[in-house]
Amino acid sequence: MSFHPKMAYGATFHKSSRALEDEGPAFVYTPENRARFDEIVKRYPPDRRRSAVLPALYLAQYQQGYITANAIRHVAELLGITRADVEDVVSFYTMFYTRPMGTFVLQVCRTLSCAINGAECVTEALVEKLGITPGETDPTGTFTLLEVECLGACDRAPVVMVNDAWHESLKPEDAGTLIDDLRARGDAALSGCHHVVERKS
Amino acid sequence: MDPILTKYVREPNSFTLDFYLQHAGYDALKLALTKKPDEIIEMVKASGLRGRGGAGFPTGMKWQFVDKKIEPRYIACNADESEPGTFKDHLLMERNPHLLIEGCAIGCYAIGAKVAYIYIRGEFIHVQHVLERAIDEAYARGFLGKNILGSGFDCDVYVHRGAGAYEAGEETALLESLEGKRAQPRNKPPFPALVGLYNKPTAVNNVETLCNVPLIVSKGPEWYAALGPEKNGGPKLYCVSGHVKRPGVYEASMKITLRELIEGHAGGVRDGHTLKAVIPGGSSVPILLPDQLDTQASFDGIQKAGSLLGSAAIVVLDETTCMVWLAENLLHFYRHESCGKCTPCREGTDWLHQILHRIERGEGQMQDIDLLQSVAGNIAGKTLCAFGDAAATPVLTTLKHFRHEYEAHVKEGKCTLPAPWRARHPVGAH
Repeated sequence: MSFHPKMAYGATFHKSSRALEDEGPAFVYTPENRARFDEIVKRYPPDRRRSAVLPALYLAQYQQGYITANAIRHVAELLGITRADVEDVVSFYTMFYTRPMGTFVLQVCRTLSCAINGAECVTEALVEKLGITPGETDPTGTFTLLEVECLGACDRAPVVMVNDAWHESLKPEDAGTLIDDLRARGDAALSGCHHVVERKS
Repeated sequence: MDPILTKYVREPNSFTLDFYLQHAGYDALKLALTKKPDEIIEMVKASGLRGRGGAGFPTGMKWQFVDKKIEPRYIACNADESEPGTFKDHLLMERNPHLLIEGCAIGCYAIGAKVAYIYIRGEFIHVQHVLERAIDEAYARGFLGKNILGSGFDCDVYVHRGAGAYEAGEETALLESLEGKRAQPRNKPPFPALVGLYNKPTAVNNVETLCNVPLIVSKGPEWYAALGPEKNGGPKLYCVSGHVKRPGVYEASMKITLRELIEGHAGGVRDGHTLKAVIPGGSSVPILLPDQLDTQASFDGIQKAGSLLGSAAIVVLDETTCMVWLAENLLHFYRHESCGKCTPCREGTDWLHQILHRIERGEGQMQDIDLLQSVAGNIAGKTLCAFGDAAATPVLTTLKHFRHEYEAHVKEGKCTLPAPWRARHPVGAH
């Protein structure tokens, strides 16, 4: 039935045009990740499983590259909280990605100590080299460029974080070399780039 | 003063348990377990140890306030270290992780907690690996776990990884994050010492603070207090960065002056440049000028000079730094990191950034300068946590000392100090 005198039900107005969010591919933890999850949950009191939401989301992100609605559902079910609780957390913390990212996520620190040591020029060099602006992923899906706030290694400025590895004291003229190196050697280019103890000239 | 906390950081194996044990490691824990918990708290109180995270609150008092009638109790170690310019805990955890673990264990013993959570910032993943390996070693040798060293005392230490929120460094926001929620602050009081993690009494202590505890236990509170000026005892780590020749972490007594730190340890400003200003305690404290360099770099000394020691993050700025650009850079940070709970901060930081952005680009008007003052003044002191004051400070302090630079930007319609280290075409400004 219709409540409109001239229009049939479902013809125009009554149809929702709201697009449903993409739920992503089906998601469950791999057996290894499930085992690690079970291990992590034990760190918190039994009635406080929710505390494990950040580590649980990291496991999902390492497994799939980013967090989807299906991953949120899986984490929520395992922790016994609602999907909204998990989504609340995902949308707050910047280190969770809700869209596919490049193989290498380049995060250039843009805050004061890095900026006054040339971080803006590093970003500029990366923009020119990759042909993308901060926030974008290149068409091949290899690199995502991001500008982030203070990474906490201001004595080795400017700092660029590539996935979980830190590249420190990176000069703008070396930014191109870093990209070439990543293209040529892949993950191998990510080891040995962290100074460990601060540089002394 | 010779380094104590960072004495061995340059040794290749400084992070291993064997190395730590060769250098009197865990002796303080053994000694502490022979004393009563209250005695440890009294020792820490007598030492005058003040929190190294920023506020400088006496740690012994904090531990005394922890409600001993309620079980369980917790220690939450704040390893979020996200104040721009700060990187001291980074070094401690990466090169001397057992000192922190020992500090956590002694702290747990003193307040009667059985669990300590180390909340580490998400970006420090390489540091977390070192720390977790060290914790595993400590469990394997009986320095953590059940019945530690036959004393009957149980203690677990876990690392909890954050996910990129500056606000998680605020103590109640840290607890919220640890409970699996957004890192947003709680109303205070009640303070965490009474109602903290899972609504149980909790001591929230910075990494460097806990690293000082083993020293106090093993060498005595009098020795510790005598290391620095009155009420500012013990060794202090300073993070010097910015336009200096040798940026880095320097350990010193708080008797040291800013001049000795900047010109001595850090080698002074780059050749051919002159000092313009110093931020003595992280991005959220007022700026000091070159004529204030002889200020003693202690909590009380810097406060007397009109600023705060904060997390001892000394950012040195030379004459190429445009102060309007500086305020815009920092407000970009605060706008991004505001947790969104309190309206003045959530809305105000965005307003401030927009106004600064247009002045910096030469599109501002004179009245914008007064508008900045008004908006910043309406954030400070009107929020649940100290973030609001922190966000207003860069604007208020640059307006106070460098108002002429703001006026020059408006009059000339462009940035009057375009430094070579800045981008030719600013990208991602918004």
